[in-house]
Amino acid sequence: MADALLELRNLRKSYGALVVTDDVSLSVPTGEVHAIIGPNGAGKTTLIHQISGLVPSVSGQVLFDGQDVTRLPMHERVRRGLARSFQITSVLPGFSALENVSLAVQARSGSSYRLFGNAARERQLNEPAMECLNLVGLGARAQIQAGLLSHGEKRQLELAIALATEPKLLLLDEPLAGTGHDESRRVLDVLQRLRSHTTILLIEHDMEAVFSLADRISVLVYGRLIATDTPERIRANPEVRSAYLGEEEMA
Amino acid sequence: MTELIHAHPSSFAPSPSRIERVPLVLFAILALAPLLAPLTGAEGYVLSLLSRVMIFGLAAMSLDLILGYGALVSFGHAAFLGIGGYAVGILASHGSEDALIQIPLALAASALFATVTGTISLRTKGVYFIMITLAFGQMLFFLATSLAAYGGDDGMTLASRSLMAGTSILKNDRVFYGLVLFCLLGTYLLSRGIVASRFGRVLRGTRENAVRMEAIGFHPFRYQLLAYVISGMMAGLAGFLLANQAEFISPSYMTWQRSGELIFMVVLGGIGSLHGAIIGAAVFLLLEEFLPEILHFAASALGSDLQSRLVENWKMIFGPLLILIVLFARGGITGLLGRGRHG
Repeated sequence: MADALLELRNLRKSYGALVVTDDVSLSVPTGEVHAIIGPNGAGKTTLIHQISGLVPSVSGQVLFDGQDVTRLPMHERVRRGLARSFQITSVLPGFSALENVSLAVQARSGSSYRLFGNAARERQLNEPAMECLNLVGLGARAQIQAGLLSHGEKRQLELAIALATEPKLLLLDEPLAGTGHDESRRVLDVLQRLRSHTTILLIEHDMEAVFSLADRISVLVYGRLIATDTPERIRANPEVRSAYLGEEEMA
Repeated sequence: MTELIHAHPSSFAPSPSRIERVPLVLFAILALAPLLAPLTGAEGYVLSLLSRVMIFGLAAMSLDLILGYGALVSFGHAAFLGIGGYAVGILASHGSEDALIQIPLALAASALFATVTGTISLRTKGVYFIMITLAFGQMLFFLATSLAAYGGDDGMTLASRSLMAGTSILKNDRVFYGLVLFCLLGTYLLSRGIVASRFGRVLRGTRENAVRMEAIGFHPFRYQLLAYVISGMMAGLAGFLLANQAEFISPSYMTWQRSGELIFMVVLGGIGSLHGAIIGAAVFLLLEEFLPEILHFAASALGSDLQSRLVENWKMIFGPLLILIVLFARGGITGLLGRGRHG
C-alpha cells in the first residue's frame, strides 16, 4: 500500500450513540477513479467530510500522500492537494465565474496578504483560471456572476474551482446531484476528461454514471464498508445485491 | 443585519475606465467647501461642522471595511475613537503634544487593542460576534470612566490642538480642515485599494461563503483579523482627529450608542461602498444639526405651542426619518444614487 494516495485506517465517527462511520478502511491509489455508493443515510457525505477535514473523526487515521492529515484543518489539507466539491452547490454567488476560479488559483500561488494591486486584473491568476473554466466547458460564461448560472453550470464551476487548487485528489460529493439529463451528460464528460489529470474519489447516486466512470467501487451501508471491488464484481456481489442494489437494476 | 449584507449586490467589480461619479462629487464638495465657507458668514462653524462630518465619515468608512466587505458587524467600533482620543489627551497631559508622536501611538494602541480583541471575537460568529465586540467596547468605556487622572467620567479639556512638527498650525481651522480631508481621502483610497486587492478578494469571498473559502485553502480567521486591525487603526485615526476637533475628550466617545450610530451611518449610506459610509455620516450629522431648525420652519403653520414642542422633541422625528430612509432606500443612499444614474 505504499503507493496509495489516500488511505483511511479504521475511521470512525459518531454523533452520540449514533455511529455514522464505522471502522472504515480504504485505500485509493494514484490515478484511480474510486466511487463510494450506498443507500441514503449510509454516511457517505459524513465520510467525505471526514476525509476533507470539515468534520473531525472520533478515531482512526486519514493518510494522504504518505502523511497523517487526521488532525489537520480543511484549509491545510487543501494546500496539500486534497480538494473537494460540495453536494449542495457552494460557489461565491456574487463573484463572476472567473473570479470564483481565480480565487482558488490565488490560494495556491503567492501571498494573499497583498493589500495593493487589482486582483481581478492579475493575468497570472486569470489565465490558469480560464484554463480550468475551459476544461470544464464554461469558458464562454467566465464573466457571468456565479449566482446567475444554471444549476448544471454551477456544478461545472465547482469542478473548475476544485481543479484550480491543483489537487492530487479530487473529492466529489454527488457531482451530478440535481442536474437534468443534458446537464449530467455534460458534467460526466467533464469528469471523463478530468480522470487523466487527477485521482478522483466520488460519491454518486446515479448508478449508470458510477459504473461507467469508476475503476473501483466501494459500498457503504450504515457506516460500514461491505465491499470494495471493480464494477463488474460489485455488480455480481450477492452481499451488495441484498444490501443495496435492486435486482432489476443489476440486470 | 446579516440579511442586509447579503442582499447587497456583493461583487465589487471595478471597471477600470469608468470613474465613479458619486465619490468624485463627494470629495469635490468637501474640497471646495472651505472656499465657499466665508460666504456663509459663519466660516468657523461651517468648517467645524464639516470637519466633524468627515471625521465620523472616516470612522464609519473604517467600519464599512469590515462590515460591508467582511460581514463583521462590530458593535464596539467607538472604542477605537476613544483610543485615538485618549492617546491625544494622555500624551498631551504628559507633555507630548506633537501629532507626529500622537498619531503613531494612537495607531499602535488601536492596532494592539484590535489584535487582542479581534483574536478573541473572531472565534465567534453572527450575534455572538456583535455581543462580544459590544462587551469589549463597554470594557474600554468603563476603563475610561475610571481614569481619574485623565478626567474620569467628566473627561478632560485639551489645552490646545496637537502640534504639527513643533508648529501650531493646526490651530488654524482651515489647516485642520485640510488635515482631516487629507486623512479621509487617504484612508478612502487605501480602503479602495485593499478591497480590490488579493487580500480584499479573500475578505469578500469569506463574506459570501466561508466554508467554500476553506475548501480552496484559505483560513478566513487570519484575513478577518488583519481587516479588523486595519479598520481599528483607521477608526483610531478618526479618534485622534475628533479629539483635536472638539479639543475635549471623554468616555462618551466610546459609548455603545456611538458604536450603534456608526453602524447606522454605514447602513444609511449604503453597506459595502466605502463612500456610502461617508455620505451616511454626513446625512446623519447634518440632520442631527439642522432638523430642529427645519422643523421650526416646517411647523410654523401649526401654532407656536405645537411648533416649540415639535422642535424640542426633534428626535421623535429624527428616529423615524432614519428608519424610513433605511426601509425605502434599499442599499442606502448610495443605492438610490446608483439607481438614478443607471436609469
